[in-house]
Amino acid sequence: MTARVVIVGNGMAGARLAGELHARAGDRKVTVLGAEPHRAYNRILLSTLLAGRIDEPDVELTEAAGHGVDLRSGVPVTAVDRSAREVRTDDGERIGYDHLVLATGARAVVPPLPGLDPANLPERVVPFRTLDDCRRILAAADGARSALVLGGGLLGLEAARGLATRGLATTVVHPREHLMERQLDPAAGAVLAGTLAGFGVTVQLGVSATGVAADANGVRLDLADGRSLHADLLVLSCGVRPDTALAQAAGLTVRRGVVVDDRLRTSDRSISAIGDCAEHDGALTGLVAPAWAQAQVLADVLTGTDPLARYRPRPVVTRLKAAGIDLASMGDAGSGGPGEELTFADPTRGTYARLRIRDERLIGAILLGDNPAVGTVIQLFDRGQPVPSDRRALLLGRALGAVGATPAASPALMPDAATVCQCNTVSKGALVRSWRSGARTVDAVVAATRAGTGCGGCRDAVSGIVDWLSQAESVEVTR
Amino acid sequence: MTDGARSATPPGLVPREVATHCPYCALQCGMTLRADDAGVTVHPRQFPTNRGGLCQKGWTAAELLDHPERLTTPLVRDPATGALHPASWDTALDRVVAGIRAVQHDAGRDAVAVFGGGGLTNEKAYALGKFARIGLRTRHIDYNGRFCMSSAAAAGMRAFGIDRGLPFPLADLGRADTLLLVGANPAETMPPLVRWLTEQRRNGGKLIVIDPRVTATARQADLHLQPLPGTDLAVANALLHIALTEGWVDRAYVADRTTGFDAVRRGVTAWWPARAEQLSGVPVADLEATARALGTGGRVIILTARGAEQHAKGVDTVTAYVNLALALGLPGRDGSGYGCLTGQGNGQGGREHGQKADQLPGYRRIDDPAAREHVAGVWGVPADELPGPGVPAYQLLDSLGTAGGPRALLVFGSNPVVSAPRAARIEGRLRDLDLLVVADLLLSETAALADVVLPTAQWAEEDGTMTNLEGRVLRRRALRPPPTGVRTDLAIISALAARLAETEAADVHPAGTNPAEADPATVRAAAVDPTDADPARVRAAAVAADRFPADPAAVFAELRRASAGGAADYAGISWDRIDADDGVYWPCPTEDGPDTPRLFANRFATPDGRARFHAVDHRPAAEEVCATYPLHFTTGRVLAQYQSGTQTRRVAALRRAAPEAFVELHPDLAARLGIDDGDPVRVTSRRGEFRAPARLSDGIRPDTVFAPFHYAGAGRANSVTNDAVDPISGMPEFKICAVRVEKA
Repeated sequence: MTARVVIVGNGMAGARLAGELHARAGDRKVTVLGAEPHRAYNRILLSTLLAGRIDEPDVELTEAAGHGVDLRSGVPVTAVDRSAREVRTDDGERIGYDHLVLATGARAVVPPLPGLDPANLPERVVPFRTLDDCRRILAAADGARSALVLGGGLLGLEAARGLATRGLATTVVHPREHLMERQLDPAAGAVLAGTLAGFGVTVQLGVSATGVAADANGVRLDLADGRSLHADLLVLSCGVRPDTALAQAAGLTVRRGVVVDDRLRTSDRSISAIGDCAEHDGALTGLVAPAWAQAQVLADVLTGTDPLARYRPRPVVTRLKAAGIDLASMGDAGSGGPGEELTFADPTRGTYARLRIRDERLIGAILLGDNPAVGTVIQLFDRGQPVPSDRRALLLGRALGAVGATPAASPALMPDAATVCQCNTVSKGALVRSWRSGARTVDAVVAATRAGTGCGGCRDAVSGIVDWLSQAESVEVTR
Repeated sequence: MTDGARSATPPGLVPREVATHCPYCALQCGMTLRADDAGVTVHPRQFPTNRGGLCQKGWTAAELLDHPERLTTPLVRDPATGALHPASWDTALDRVVAGIRAVQHDAGRDAVAVFGGGGLTNEKAYALGKFARIGLRTRHIDYNGRFCMSSAAAAGMRAFGIDRGLPFPLADLGRADTLLLVGANPAETMPPLVRWLTEQRRNGGKLIVIDPRVTATARQADLHLQPLPGTDLAVANALLHIALTEGWVDRAYVADRTTGFDAVRRGVTAWWPARAEQLSGVPVADLEATARALGTGGRVIILTARGAEQHAKGVDTVTAYVNLALALGLPGRDGSGYGCLTGQGNGQGGREHGQKADQLPGYRRIDDPAAREHVAGVWGVPADELPGPGVPAYQLLDSLGTAGGPRALLVFGSNPVVSAPRAARIEGRLRDLDLLVVADLLLSETAALADVVLPTAQWAEEDGTMTNLEGRVLRRRALRPPPTGVRTDLAIISALAARLAETEAADVHPAGTNPAEADPATVRAAAVDPTDADPARVRAAAVAADRFPADPAAVFAELRRASAGGAADYAGISWDRIDADDGVYWPCPTEDGPDTPRLFANRFATPDGRARFHAVDHRPAAEEVCATYPLHFTTGRVLAQYQSGTQTRRVAALRRAAPEAFVELHPDLAARLGIDDGDPVRVTSRRGEFRAPARLSDGIRPDTVFAPFHYAGAGRANSVTNDAVDPISGMPEFKICAVRVEKA
């Protein structure tokens, strides 16, 4: 269908699209231009890299290089010439396209604070967004004993947990009243802060930063309440902003992100945008799952595999991924409005759950700490399936349900029809009959009924019944 | 006519007791059979696999020996009435041979097909493959093992260069620190194996089970992961992802003993646990706990079974678990490894000696010139006379009676009317055949459709060998000769080969006819004309009978030569040695050399000796749920039945224990559908429907329903299953399709 596809960006969205195109039949030339000088990597794993649990090669993703895909990393694109249908790279090359895909992602926001020049950040002040950022943080953390993280959102907390894992005394400064306010309610935020404290992460809430001073020896962060915090490095995690510079310069419609329709087309039908740089139906994605869903739809459309494919946003599940922290947040779990609200809190053990149910469907949930039902809750929410009639299963986990053998009833109370030996379908009644027919030991009962001769798992139960029979019998005899 | 059992059992010396193995599953429990005036009784025997245990199927196995429904005479369908009538062996065999010759004449040799089974002895599997290739000279032979072991076999071959279910003795399970069972439910399918699981946990080991249902096996596990059906592959990739991020990958092993890891590493980078959690429903914490137990345990074993394998992505799913095992450095490490739990009694041996469409004895490839040369030499034919590869089982069954497809089918030891996916369609295909011949001991649902039914001996009436799930070759021993009127499969193959040769010789020198113009009726007439004693025909029949001996000892001797030098090398295995050593593990190339209880200690069976990683990714099931068919459907087994139930449904005690099909569903789902426990329900897919009573259980996911596949007629679960197949193994997708459930 499309002869020449050029993808600007080799991040999570761009690399995925190249793979999706590669997996579909057809004759086309795909060129991927990545600004970063690395192989495609999994941004989600950067906090694990930060924690020192993996090495750089472990964040690499499968690339669709070869087989009609021309992959060039370290090649920033400087301009799009829509009339000529060309992109220009920073070394002046012009690359023609029949269809252009912008997957330029987003850039870390550097807050407008005295002492912070976005173009020239101090060595010990680093945003947390790219693999290069990660390298710089690791370099600054080498030999360091303390760290500050500005921003208590998802990424900031993952970074803080990673730095703490490396043994740094870490403090998170967050201007809002509770952590991850976009995903959590205050109670969950408090439980999370407690969990983080257990890992050596201190949290300063409700206070904004007013300035930064940094030199070769350390960083000072000034706070609005007059205090100053000192540390060996400062990580900025103050959100991201879609990278729309190319699109804007090319005259495409851009609001917060590059505006796209259900087919991921921009205002120029020869140009699409996916991932963090795209704005669909007024919303930015910011997460991998929607970016990959967009890549799939766009590949279907571009290759003609499914020309009618449309991107339909699915409800988003946020998962905080850090050692010892298990947090899932989805939909609107906040209080108020129609429907049922279920909550469970055990702050001492770091457990919190809040679910909102309307018309037998989950419309939102926050689960923090150990909750065996988290997988079930996520699937029910994601797939819009009806919730269980026993709601406790969602709050407390499926352990309340079927799992776990029913405690063995005492032989006297067990009905005659109860199967004792599954392997040989031997009921309690059959065991009793064998006893009545003269079998007086476990071995004799086993020989007569074959109970316990399969997996052997009911041997104890058979012994128990034989014991009970011999006692009952002696009672009868004495009576 | 002598048959194997008779020749191996001198007249007048009928044993009253014999040490043999159970006729059913691949565990092949040791048992002793005793004959007295009251009949034949089964007694458990101490053998290193079952250690004296037997399940109800084994205990009651002898009931079929003198069962009133047992076939003791051939049956031939009367074209006029359409009914099956008793017939003499001569009449029946003549009808078979005439039918074969007519089809061959009209449509060529590939128009005759053979369908075998994983329950046949090694000797029978070997003879059947040989009969197809040089007796019938058709490329079309395959067997029901495609529905059983083929995905694990293909994954094992591509990773290790060899396919032996367990590359280590079963006893290793008992000392594993961590044992992961993926889609395996031995507590129902092979109960005495559970003794090893009990021992494992008694030794402090951890048992982890992955199954969408809380099965009898899952109930015993320390940790049970309950994924959505069809997501096992993603779970495996997530486990490897965690192993990577936690530093549990054995880098030295990967570097020294494997190839291809980097591509796998980059592939699983995309399967962070939360992603697998959303897809599978398995909590991240459980994935992490599982990965930890696998990555930090000392002796670690990963086993897959049909739950993971019976998918259109079965090979890739098994490969994902093999990748995990390789990354952790398990295969070849003492007490550790990857294995699969073979299902059918001779599921292992049955896939080694030429029943598979693409295979020659010794696990050789039929498209390998050296293999063809070797086997043709043993068989005494030119290599270029051997046909090429045929097609996998479902493709074969689906082509029967269609334009260009086979028009005659010989079935040995299989009941595809019940066991094939989309069974109603396969039933129709079988009905469209010109000739269907079924050799069985009972009138199975497939036999009931046949033009000719040939009654066969039972396990207690024949000698031979079986290869169990460990790759250990065992002896099956005859207690008594078959009843009057019943022949062994080997004797049937021998007789058919002789008659075919005889009529071929007649075709070469027919009295005044050019075979190319011969009227099929003439050919048929020639085939049954008893007065013709053309010496060429007699000679041809004698040569064929010699080529296809009915004596299993003679067949085994030839099998040893044919397998020599192959991957599954039986050359050094003799019946005496099996008797002396409680079985012999293949490969065993020389009589005085060792056998191989453990594979891979030093090298893998690949050209460079290294195991091969293959990057695999999750893909959706072939059929996903939708508004019309909103529920996932999966199939499986119950303890008291075996396979298509032809045998076990006729054993009184087993019928009482598991009399009919059922539909297992969650109480919440049942409540929404207005279904009470025991209500009759109808399960409908795009391919058909079946009916069975509801059985409510909170051990199943509310989005999934389950039914056992052992039953025929209205309760046939395979009426709805999906016939999408794995592109590599040909395995159908028995374990997941989309259905609607209603009160019937």
